[in-house]
Amino acid sequence: MPDFDLAPLTPAIEKYIPLGRPGLLPALHAAQKIYGWIPESVAAEIARHLRVPLADVHGVIEFYSMFYNEPTSRRVIRVCTDIVCGLKGGDGILNRLCEKHGLQPHQTTGDLSLTIESSPCLGLCEHAPNALVGDEAETDIDPKKDSHMLGRPPSWVYGPIRLLTARCGNGTASLEQYGRYEALAKALSMRPEEIVREVKASGLFGRGGAAFPTQIKWESVAAEKADQKYIVCNADESEPGTFKDRILLLDDPHCTIEGMLIAALAVGASKGYIYVRGEYPYIIPPLENALREAREAGWLGGNILGSGFSFDIEIRVGAGAYICGEETALFESIEGKRGFPRVKPPFPTTHGLFGRPTVINNVETLCNVPLIISQGSAEYCKLGTAKSPGPKLFCLSGDVERPGLYEAPFGVTLGELLEMAGGIPGNKQLQAILLGGAAGAFATPDQLDVKMTFEDLRAAGLPLGSGVVMVFDETRDMREALNRLGHFFAHESCGKCYPCQMGTQRQKEILERVASGKTLPDDMIRLQDVGWTMTDASLCGLGQTAASAVLSAIKLWPELFVEGQKSKVG
Amino acid sequence: MAITLVIDGKEITADDGMTLLDAARENGIDIPTICFHEATTANGLCRICVVEVEGMRLLQPSCIVKAADQMKVQTRSERVERARKTILEMLASTMDLSDAPAILTMMDEYGADAARFPGAARRESEVKDDNPMYIRDYSKCLLCWRCVQVCAEDAQYTYAINFEGRGFKTQIGTFFDRPIPETTCVLCGQCVGVCPTGALKAKREFLLEQGMSPQEISVLNTGRKRRSKA
Repeated sequence: MPDFDLAPLTPAIEKYIPLGRPGLLPALHAAQKIYGWIPESVAAEIARHLRVPLADVHGVIEFYSMFYNEPTSRRVIRVCTDIVCGLKGGDGILNRLCEKHGLQPHQTTGDLSLTIESSPCLGLCEHAPNALVGDEAETDIDPKKDSHMLGRPPSWVYGPIRLLTARCGNGTASLEQYGRYEALAKALSMRPEEIVREVKASGLFGRGGAAFPTQIKWESVAAEKADQKYIVCNADESEPGTFKDRILLLDDPHCTIEGMLIAALAVGASKGYIYVRGEYPYIIPPLENALREAREAGWLGGNILGSGFSFDIEIRVGAGAYICGEETALFESIEGKRGFPRVKPPFPTTHGLFGRPTVINNVETLCNVPLIISQGSAEYCKLGTAKSPGPKLFCLSGDVERPGLYEAPFGVTLGELLEMAGGIPGNKQLQAILLGGAAGAFATPDQLDVKMTFEDLRAAGLPLGSGVVMVFDETRDMREALNRLGHFFAHESCGKCYPCQMGTQRQKEILERVASGKTLPDDMIRLQDVGWTMTDASLCGLGQTAASAVLSAIKLWPELFVEGQKSKVG
Repeated sequence: MAITLVIDGKEITADDGMTLLDAARENGIDIPTICFHEATTANGLCRICVVEVEGMRLLQPSCIVKAADQMKVQTRSERVERARKTILEMLASTMDLSDAPAILTMMDEYGADAARFPGAARRESEVKDDNPMYIRDYSKCLLCWRCVQVCAEDAQYTYAINFEGRGFKTQIGTFFDRPIPETTCVLCGQCVGVCPTGALKAKREFLLEQGMSPQEISVLNTGRKRRSKA
């Protein structure tokens, strides 16, 4: 093994050394910026500085897809081959790129000038097919014209209302454009319990996928006595088909920051983290800049506006692990560990980050908070339905004329959303819509009248999830779509509990057979047994939903899973 | 404080704070376990001990969930049996269970078919024979985590081993796959003691199984000592 010059390492990781183990992910990122990968001597040096056991450092590198312990280029091209990009030719783009450079996927050139990988969903689904080239997004790749856009991904924002997205679509809103943190100023004049009461009256449910009432988290953490409480913003948006948080954070970072500040004020927290998925590197510089602006203007930091209230925020960057969107896995990741979800209870509200009471909310959830406080909950509730008040973001992708982010009041119908997006291109008919992402379920053309609310969807047996509306036209082979879902979950299972660790692998194998027309007798029953076992017995939400879309497909289209049956398409 | 709960229709009393597993076992109700061990922190990994608790949407791991007053529990419901059988079938299709007689017995009890998943990928691995004390055969590892736990805070604080990979491809490993003598391992043997499947095995037991006689093994060991002195 060649010796690596360790001289540049120490200055690069210096600021993380006092953090100890929680400095591990930032230190590994910094090291990889220098070397492209983490050679053994570099890993050992990081372990020594941070006082983390060697085997544990190795375990962490091995867990995250974007950390490498084998020679890898500083320039990695990650081509999305997940479900939406799969429809739009992602595989072909990957293959042509590999051919051009004489590489196989997940290989590096001899001179370490390039690594090419296939990637799970990059959160750029409205720009499919797409890739991540180094730290830049390559969007709307058109292989025929050899054209694409490279850099900051454009934000395509539509819909009848623009409350959450008021400042989205025109680049990053500076503090000057955002204006004063009016909602925070108002909150500073309220008692903490009044803030919580407003959030409760607004009927705000979490927008990350689990739809948990926000005020219950806030009330519980507010009631805890602790030397330190935390606000964590979950920006590990990784659900295939979801890209709303990317746009909110990139275009309007101050809104999330203000939401976190109000949460902190309400529950008595002094420290916050924004955990951004590793696939969104282009968000980090504007987000850092926004934090700097907020500090300079006195909205963030010590003794905010002379009120005696102090709160500051640090950014943490993930490294390729869908599971880290699970709240306790996310804490583990911030703590410098493998992203294994914890056993619950205890819940984050009592034993969260670093074992302290923690509010963890999704980006979109937090962006609703300044709106609720500045408008007042009564005004906020005029929008939407009684049980699902307020605005909602929907991520439309796949076979629609205008894919993008759509803001609409809760209660908009699925059909209306489709219409807003210009319907299905090429005079084709609708076949199915995947709601809620990979962990979601399929809706059919006869369900277009369903209102997009928590209560209506629940009654229809459909999930809202993270707001994914992924459209498949009549020509799409649903077996191929399911095959990609199977690959996704097998790739992303953390491996902790047995049902998910082995079930996602077995599910993938069967779905591969189904997609290639080699279905065995009883494969449908195998899929159901594996699926129900994962749903019923897995430790966390990933395993519990890893078969959700597959089981819904079995119900809708059993003929796809029968031996010797061709797909209903082609 | 004593609490009263109903397990499989039988009213039992238990101490407050007891797990469902302990409460059941104290009352003669058997719940199978794989990853659970008295000496290690329960992580609820294998989910073989799941039970159905009235009012709870999902099956609950009895090794972790605390017994509560008036709880109604079923340890052999249809859902429980399906989960246990499927988990066992997936294990059999993944790893070598030949040294895990307790799990093979469990498979019989639940009618689990070892050939349920044709064409299934297995976790295969070469036997790692790199130290005088024990061998590591990860083809037999079912990832109960006990070895990693006793090597760390559950016992020895040695931190010689951790995980490699993720998901189905997870394996136990050392720093950059270094041989055991180059790690912080102190050859305490605790990991071998808690391994339920023979994935970690005393070197002598391994050699005896390979057909060597005790005399041959002792010569081998002497030889090794001489070599290490040189």
